[in-house]
Amino acid sequence: MKKLCFYFQVHQPYRLAPYSVFDIGSGKHYFSDEHHAQNKAIFEKVARKCYLPANKLFLKLLKKNPEMRISFSLSGVFLEQCEEFGSVGAKVLKSFQDLAKTGQVEILAETYYHSLAALYSEEEFIDQVERHSNLVKALFGVEPKVFRNTELIFSNHIAQIVHRMGYRGMLLEGWDPYIEGRSPNLVYKLPNHVISDQEDFSLLLKNYKLSDDIAFRFSDHNWSEHPLSTNKFLDWTEANYGDTINLFMDYETFGEHQWAESGIFDFLEALPAACKRRGFGFQTPSQAMVQSSHREEIDVHSPVSWADSERDLSAWLGNPMQDAMMQSIFDLRDKVLATDDAALIHTWRKLQTSDHFYYMCTKYWSDGDVHKYFSPYESPYEAFMYYSNVLHDFKEVLSRFKAE
Amino acid sequence: MRVLMYGWEFPPKNKGGLGVACHGIVEGLRGHNVRVNLVLPYHETEQHAEDFHVHQGLKEQKNYSKDIHGVPSLLHAYQTEETYENVFKQNEQKNNSNKKEKKLYGKTLLAEVDRYGKEAGKMADKIDHDVIHAHDWMTYPAAIEAKKCSNKPLVLHIHATEMDRTGDSPNPHVFEMERIGFETADKIIAVSYLTKNKLVEHYGIDAGKIEVIHNATVKKISEASTRILNQDRQTVLFLGRMTMQKGPDYFLKAAKKVLQVNPNVNFLMVGDGDMMAHIVQESMKLGLAGNIIFTGFLKGLDVDRAFKTADLFVMPSVSEPFGLVALEAIHHGTPVLMSKQSGASEVVPNALKVDFWDIDSMANHMVVALRESAMCEHLIDQSKKDLDRLSWHGQAKKMKKLYHSIA
Repeated sequence: MKKLCFYFQVHQPYRLAPYSVFDIGSGKHYFSDEHHAQNKAIFEKVARKCYLPANKLFLKLLKKNPEMRISFSLSGVFLEQCEEFGSVGAKVLKSFQDLAKTGQVEILAETYYHSLAALYSEEEFIDQVERHSNLVKALFGVEPKVFRNTELIFSNHIAQIVHRMGYRGMLLEGWDPYIEGRSPNLVYKLPNHVISDQEDFSLLLKNYKLSDDIAFRFSDHNWSEHPLSTNKFLDWTEANYGDTINLFMDYETFGEHQWAESGIFDFLEALPAACKRRGFGFQTPSQAMVQSSHREEIDVHSPVSWADSERDLSAWLGNPMQDAMMQSIFDLRDKVLATDDAALIHTWRKLQTSDHFYYMCTKYWSDGDVHKYFSPYESPYEAFMYYSNVLHDFKEVLSRFKAE
Repeated sequence: MRVLMYGWEFPPKNKGGLGVACHGIVEGLRGHNVRVNLVLPYHETEQHAEDFHVHQGLKEQKNYSKDIHGVPSLLHAYQTEETYENVFKQNEQKNNSNKKEKKLYGKTLLAEVDRYGKEAGKMADKIDHDVIHAHDWMTYPAAIEAKKCSNKPLVLHIHATEMDRTGDSPNPHVFEMERIGFETADKIIAVSYLTKNKLVEHYGIDAGKIEVIHNATVKKISEASTRILNQDRQTVLFLGRMTMQKGPDYFLKAAKKVLQVNPNVNFLMVGDGDMMAHIVQESMKLGLAGNIIFTGFLKGLDVDRAFKTADLFVMPSVSEPFGLVALEAIHHGTPVLMSKQSGASEVVPNALKVDFWDIDSMANHMVVALRESAMCEHLIDQSKKDLDRLSWHGQAKKMKKLYHSIA
């Protein structure tokens, strides 16, 4: 029986406010000020277009269809914004809690700060994952069992750490170079030389073709398959080899990237009944991992992600601005932790959020690319400028700590 | 395809970007087998009266000499009413003293543009052509006259409008001369969308007849081996005419702010113009004496040296239809900060950009650029790639296509 395994990423970064060199040393806040309440504004906009209507719809569908399952990963900085941004934030948080209470929703683990810590410091990475897990426990009363790293960044090495932490599996991109012609709709495992006790650690691979049909192409009028009906989508699903259909995407797909006018909510609404008619089921990532008897093997030496056409790290790293800033922020770790100042450590970690580096990406800048769509800044250089100014201020603040 | 082209200036005797662009266009068109005959105003002087080509420095460019034609006039590029008056007076004095045969030049700039137009327009009778192509307002009366003579289609090429030059308070006569030109033209080439919008908004010209063809540059390897200043300080460069349009006063104000946080910076100002005296005085008033250097107008190797000296080139133009100098800076490997009010920003996504009036932001960009070598290295790299997409050969191909659409 084919089963759809939905995982939705829910994340909002703390974007930096325009931070000038003349603000250094002024005590101005990094993430917002009285003129730039953009994080709150964006949160409220996305709440109105996506989180609230989509959660309402899913709650209705889950109640109506007891066999339906979905999963979420909610970044720590997103959950923090829920708590920070007044009544809208509280409403959004409650709507996610209501979903969790149905028992049909799995919450996944990730780094609290949606960071790239896995690539830089094992200790830092583990700290952030634990922090996230504690927050999820506090807000949802469950302990996450399956891990997904920031932007699905995955490698053998990262999987080893995650396995050691006791998670039962990880999600990653179903990318051709290591699938090597096999189907993404199977459960995978790593080779024995990477993880020796294999029984309890499984991998689910994103079916990027089917996922992106919904997440990227759904409202594209130039797409030959537009408009996409649930029946057409399930025809394609049926034609796929393998039973675990991993549909992983940003939650903002519903109502924000694909507007309500595109019919995306109608598509969702029709899905459970259509699945029932055709004999398709649903499952959470944990269920998929537990229920599989046979597992294929993959070997992923260098990190992959779900971003851009390259599926590598080049959305966040690779140009001299990104590399210099990323190195600078992680180099501060010992000094920052030595202050033992919770607020300072928290700020430092908020500066690790991957989005800051994504905004500095110049890969396709000349072509006016997807990064532009997601960036609150006019250019990657502007993003860099604010970040480097903030970092200068942060270092000044840090040096005062040392002096005290 | 044969083109009768009216320009103002041509290298090596050029004062600004117009001559550089004109050279690139002519060269590009020749690469597509378009024959270009270029007509230029030519100021007869005693030494050079007999030989226009010596005067123009075209001896060094032999392959051009027979296609470039001089028509005597007191006009030259970037003239204003005042500067023209001076030239006219000097010319009168000279003629009175040596009693040579006297040319009846116009008393004012506008009168001379008209007079020159009548005479230069007659070249259309002598030179075979399929299309007329003219650059900026001083040539429009000539181009319109030529169209009357030959009845061939007219293309006007807009490098700058009176609105740009005067900060939206145009001389009404010049404005009208431009408007009539735009109305008469069969097609208009604008050097940027910024300029195209200006024509539509301020001159009421039909957007459908305006095509945007951006300028390109010729890649040039700098021969400069020495800098202008010694380098115990970092250097921010302004290079352009000291005139309202180019925003030198905004540069000064930003410089003042930069020095508040980084006193170890020199500001190098290259160029002259009607605001020169004002800018020098203003810089002293602002207390920049110890950090500012004025070189006056530079050319050739000295321009290369200025770029080589600079850690950052700033083009703070108030209204810049294109701004070729920004592209030259990139070719020299100098990172660029340009105003958003410049056409060049349309072809160089990888540059720092700022509103010319936003002094705080301009100063912030300057300080960060001087501090962060990682950003500057990347900017240079990426902006050079932006320029690789642009060539005069490619742009001239678009012009040829445009000619064929009307001729």
